[in-house]
Amino acid sequence: MPVIRAILERFRSVVEGVQDLTLFTVETLRALFSRPFYLRETIHQLHFAAIGSLLIVLVSALVAGQALAIQLVRELANSGVKGQLGHFMVISVVRALGPVLVGMVVASRMSAGITAEIGAMRSSDQLDALVAFGTDPIRRLVVPRVIALVIALPALTILGDALAVIGGGWVGLQYHLPIESYYAGVFKFLTPKNLLVGMIKPFAFAVLIAIVACWKGFRSEGGAKGVGVSTTQSVVIASVGILVTDGICTRLIFRLLGW
Amino acid sequence: MIEFRHVDFSIDGNAILRDVSFSVARGRTTVILGPSGSGKSTILRLLLGLYHPDAGSIFVDGVDVTHINASRWREIRSRMGMVFQQGALFDSMTVGENVGYALLEANGDDEVEVAPAVRHYLELVGLDPYLIDRMPDQLSGGMQRRVAIARALAARDPMILLYDEPTTGLDPQSAERITDLIVQLRDQQGKTAIMVTHDIPDAFKVADAMTILEQGRVVFEGSPDALISVSTPFINQFLAPFRTAMGAASRRFEAATRRGAPPRTDPQRGGTP
Ligand SMILES: Nc1ncnc2c1ncn2[C@@H]1O[C@H](COP(=O)(O)OP(=O)(O)OP(=O)(O)O)[C@@H](O)[C@H]1O
Ligand SMILES: [Mg+2]
Repeated sequence: MPVIRAILERFRSVVEGVQDLTLFTVETLRALFSRPFYLRETIHQLHFAAIGSLLIVLVSALVAGQALAIQLVRELANSGVKGQLGHFMVISVVRALGPVLVGMVVASRMSAGITAEIGAMRSSDQLDALVAFGTDPIRRLVVPRVIALVIALPALTILGDALAVIGGGWVGLQYHLPIESYYAGVFKFLTPKNLLVGMIKPFAFAVLIAIVACWKGFRSEGGAKGVGVSTTQSVVIASVGILVTDGICTRLIFRLLGW
Repeated sequence: MIEFRHVDFSIDGNAILRDVSFSVARGRTTVILGPSGSGKSTILRLLLGLYHPDAGSIFVDGVDVTHINASRWREIRSRMGMVFQQGALFDSMTVGENVGYALLEANGDDEVEVAPAVRHYLELVGLDPYLIDRMPDQLSGGMQRRVAIARALAARDPMILLYDEPTTGLDPQSAERITDLIVQLRDQQGKTAIMVTHDIPDAFKVADAMTILEQGRVVFEGSPDALISVSTPFINQFLAPFRTAMGAASRRFEAATRRGAPPRTDPQRGGTP
């Protein structure tokens, strides 16, 4: 019986969490479309999200692109269609791997950073101090972070996609695939539809990462230890959330496109 | 004017305040005393609308703030300046940006324009204006506390000031400067204030009225003079260290005077009492 009670208790807290997150999201959306707007904070956050994540995104995309290409090129060579590497790379990177990979890398960095920062502000009464000074903390802290990630993540995804594809071309070269035929395949299948499938997802991921991270920071309790717990939860929710969102987005988009 | 009427407040089912009533007259300073955990900071949070009472009413300048909307709250809060117990300085901003926070919010981040005001408030709390570009974590605890006081004063010139243990952790000179400042703000600018403190001498120095809490209940409300003559077990115990210290000091003084020596000898003028 205690087991069942514990499970019910856990279920209830998850439901309450979802409810609270929904309210937080609604509040954030409302704040997005009203003044004042904190431009300086937004630019600062954009710099932190975009420039700060650039190097790790580029490196991981290049390495992951190569790893994928090595797997593909062997199978393709066995079937005698090595020349299709560009085609396969662009489809798998732009439509599937790129957005998720870049989303995960950015999530691990930004979720932790945002939740820890806001959680520390919560535990040192800085959020209350903002309210006391007449500032809406959602407008001041959450909105700039959401906007920054909504701009940064798609941009980083484009760069990550490009680096992964370039990495694939390099692998092709090692397997004696001429660079021209690789890129011919790449550009032939870099169609608006394929781009659409890949580029809708980063917007959804960005909103997910930013809102969950801020929410966990706002709700963190119990000092430094509490901030640690919230930070962990924030990274986990964002990572799992990206995979789930990816699945849902892919199905939805495929249905919309009639594929 | 500030008034609490029969306020109950609990967090997660734990009663924090029970039937709390007291009032602060306009232009007066009330000191809230009480042991750790008795609910002093909670009272200030209720007053700022950071918490909402379960029962009872809170009045600020005659307005019942118990059921007002967010924009009314912003207006009420703009009349108050709060010094948080832990300082609560914005640690991503410089000292200058902290002290000028409300002014910068109002004028769209024009730091040059607010710099003179920021320097003025830093000097008022006894800090060197050159600290303006430091980050809060580069200051000592006592300096941070004073920056927090400067920030509260600089905010839109509030008529109500809430100080949560403003002198705790300060050296005696700085603490005296702060209590002098609190008295001066009342006498010269007519500010209404609530000061929470553990320091009984400080309390007697600034208080027009005193409210004492014990486990979320008001056990005394009245003038400092009235407090001296109250004798309940809790208040006796609470004031005991202070009374002992006062007694010891006055006995030393008397003894010294009897021996014909002034309490503070001045070698230049010799020992005339
Ligand atoms: N977030 C919270 N959750 C649960 N209980 C809380 C919370 N905040 C405060 N309390 C409880 O409320 C009571 C009053 O707290 P409060 O901070 O008002 O005390 P205080 O009189 O200011 O004490 P101190 O002198 O130590 O600052 C304490 O018993 C504390 O345990
Ligand atoms: Mg307190």
